Amino acid sequence: MMQYLALAAVLFAIGIFGVLTRRNAIGILMSLELMFNAANINLVTFNKYIQVPGIAENLTGQVFAIFVVVIAAAEAVVGLAIVLLLYRNWKGIDVDRINIMKW
Amino acid sequence: MIAGVFSQIGQSFQQLIGDVSSNPLFYLISFVLILSALMVVTLKNIFHSALFLILTLFSVAGIYILLHAEFLAAVQVLIYVGAVAILIIFAIMLTSQLTSKRIVQTNEQVTVALLICFGFLGTAFLSIPYTVWRIADVALPAENIFTLGKLLMTDYVLPFEVVSIVLLAALIGAVVLARREGS
Repeated sequence: MMQYLALAAVLFAIGIFGVLTRRNAIGILMSLELMFNAANINLVTFNKYIQVPGIAENLTGQVFAIFVVVIAAAEAVVGLAIVLLLYRNWKGIDVDRINIMKW
Repeated sequence: MIAGVFSQIGQSFQQLIGDVSSNPLFYLISFVLILSALMVVTLKNIFHSALFLILTLFSVAGIYILLHAEFLAAVQVLIYVGAVAILIIFAIMLTSQLTSKRIVQTNEQVTVALLICFGFLGTAFLSIPYTVWRIADVALPAENIFTLGKLLMTDYVLPFEVVSIVLLAALIGAVVLARREGS
């Protein structure tokens, strides 16, 4: 079980690195997907290995993981729409240049 | 004292890595997963990193199968690989002069970012072995998909409906955002 948790931690750390270092807004979105997947691996691992007392049909973790996938898809759709809008208005999606919301 | 800390880190690391021969498939998939995830965040060409993202998502589906979550693996392939990754590739193609030119894809915060993510990794790797888990190796229901569907329609029916409204809102929001003004 700890191997799965360690794998998820590594994947999450790689996602953090991507979010912090990418200039391209789409690159940031892809790193976000990596982090979502790390969280999902954790959920499914706990579902497999940790007994919740009093629940016969023990699939709560997988149900949550499905909801996470749905939310991730919604996030990707809205994020990419914003990226396309940015590209139309700024002629580029370099997040270093897009600082209109900086105080 | 420092040596003690290091030996402790080594011990917990050994515990984390585990025994390779016990489950070679897991280590193979994890290797592919971590390597392709690294490619996703480091490659210069954003289109190539999108392709590696697909490989990463496939390996995550493999991990799900190892964890006896077959339905989730199918969902992963259908939604992530089939929809999200294709959407990302579309967006890259629509916004690119980026794929052709060799422009710098990373900003100047690489050192700080490395520090942060190694800090996170250190904390996680130290805390995982020292947490007391109630490990039981639960016997999952044999008809996994059957039970999952029943749970979604009984215990989790409210979140199920809410999530469908969220999807609808995201759909409308994306259309409104991406529409050209004045048309």
